[in-house]
Amino acid sequence: MKDFGYSINKDKQIDFDDNNKEVMNKVLRMEPSLQVCIACGSCTATCSAGQFTGFNIRRVHTFLRRGEVRFLKKEIMKCMFCGKCQLVCPRGVNLRNLILALHNSLEINGL
Amino acid sequence: MNKPVVIIGGGIAGMEAAACISAKGREVILLEKTGQLGGHLLQWDRLFPTRRKSSEVLRHLEKGMNDGISVHLEAEISGIENNNGVFIVKLSDGREFEGSALLLSTGYSVFDARKKEEYGYGIYDNVITSAELEEFFRNNRQENLLKGIKSKRIGIVHCVGSRDEKVGNLYCSKVCCITGVKQAIEIKELLPESEIYCFYMDLRMFDRHFEEMYYEAQQKWGIHFIRGRMSEAAENADHTLVVKVEDTLTGLPLKMTVDILILLVGFIPSPETARLAGMLGIDSGEDGFLIVEDEHFASNSTSIPGVFISGAVKGPVCIEHTITDARAAALQVLSYLDSEIAKWRNSETVK
Repeated sequence: MKDFGYSINKDKQIDFDDNNKEVMNKVLRMEPSLQVCIACGSCTATCSAGQFTGFNIRRVHTFLRRGEVRFLKKEIMKCMFCGKCQLVCPRGVNLRNLILALHNSLEINGL
Repeated sequence: MNKPVVIIGGGIAGMEAAACISAKGREVILLEKTGQLGGHLLQWDRLFPTRRKSSEVLRHLEKGMNDGISVHLEAEISGIENNNGVFIVKLSDGREFEGSALLLSTGYSVFDARKKEEYGYGIYDNVITSAELEEFFRNNRQENLLKGIKSKRIGIVHCVGSRDEKVGNLYCSKVCCITGVKQAIEIKELLPESEIYCFYMDLRMFDRHFEEMYYEAQQKWGIHFIRGRMSEAAENADHTLVVKVEDTLTGLPLKMTVDILILLVGFIPSPETARLAGMLGIDSGEDGFLIVEDEHFASNSTSIPGVFISGAVKGPVCIEHTITDARAAALQVLSYLDSEIAKWRNSETVK
């Protein structure tokens, strides 16, 4: 095809229909307590890694739940597994296992 | 002051207040504009958060309808006269009633979802309201809605007609959040394979057991909650719907296809309430709901002596609280009549 010098940028919107829900479903099966997250952000506020890096565990979980998994591998490397997030969580979510389960299922899915 | 109490509106508040007033030996005239007592209870299937059948609650209220209450159905009010605390209520068919006190319990109307045109209610096939879903459940006609498909993606939209200046309603309708959670669970019971997404701004689980029901929806039923007010829905050729919303927790716009969209419609002040309040001279607030004499201590009386209000005429309210409010109203009506009698006795003694 003739090159007219134009290109199409992918838009920024989350296309939930096309997104990868496999990782989400897998992680939810491995750690069902994630289902009761109310996105309050207590975990992120107390996060040791978040004090020094851009790591935001609440957003990592939200992105996972929307099937936006492309950036997650790089993100979860920032977690130090101190477990403070889990101590403050008002819904008793096992957040350390979120990171472990993510490592696991991202790898399986080749992401 | 020895005439009956006239109650206008035979819904939950009117029925309960009638039962309480009559239990104390006062005669009651209960006027209902439709052909049946029960109000909105007749529209719902199961109630939140107990999942109790609406018909069961209605049966309880009906038990209170004793001989001291004369019920008049198809009562369309054409005029009300206030002769120094004696109320003459006239119906359009010529019937006329006199009372020493008047209780207005004419309730609310459900928001007309067509006003939120961007959601496509009345335009697209698969957009329904929460009130219609109750009707499907009540008549066991869910199959008509689901059309034999076992796995569906269903969107539930919160705050339709509430917290929305564009439709003139700044207030929260209170009960829609928990209704959405209840209906999501009910759909999931019918269609365990389906995926359900609730689009919300805040989840206002204000009452006892509501938060627990929300927890159950997440934990047991895996219902998803996406924070963001839906901006629009568009219909595909196959009658599925593409919805657009900002997922405010990721800060990104999101689109997804759903098979059915359920709109959680809120309360609006009923036109009949406005008409009767106008006749009586009861003030209403900017939101259109009626104003009580004192929010804390005279929460069923109005600025007009002898005129009382109860239930959803005062604003969005759930059924449990409506029943409690009706009992409080009954007490206020009875104390008013007692004090009127006492005043009359005193004046007789002076003579």
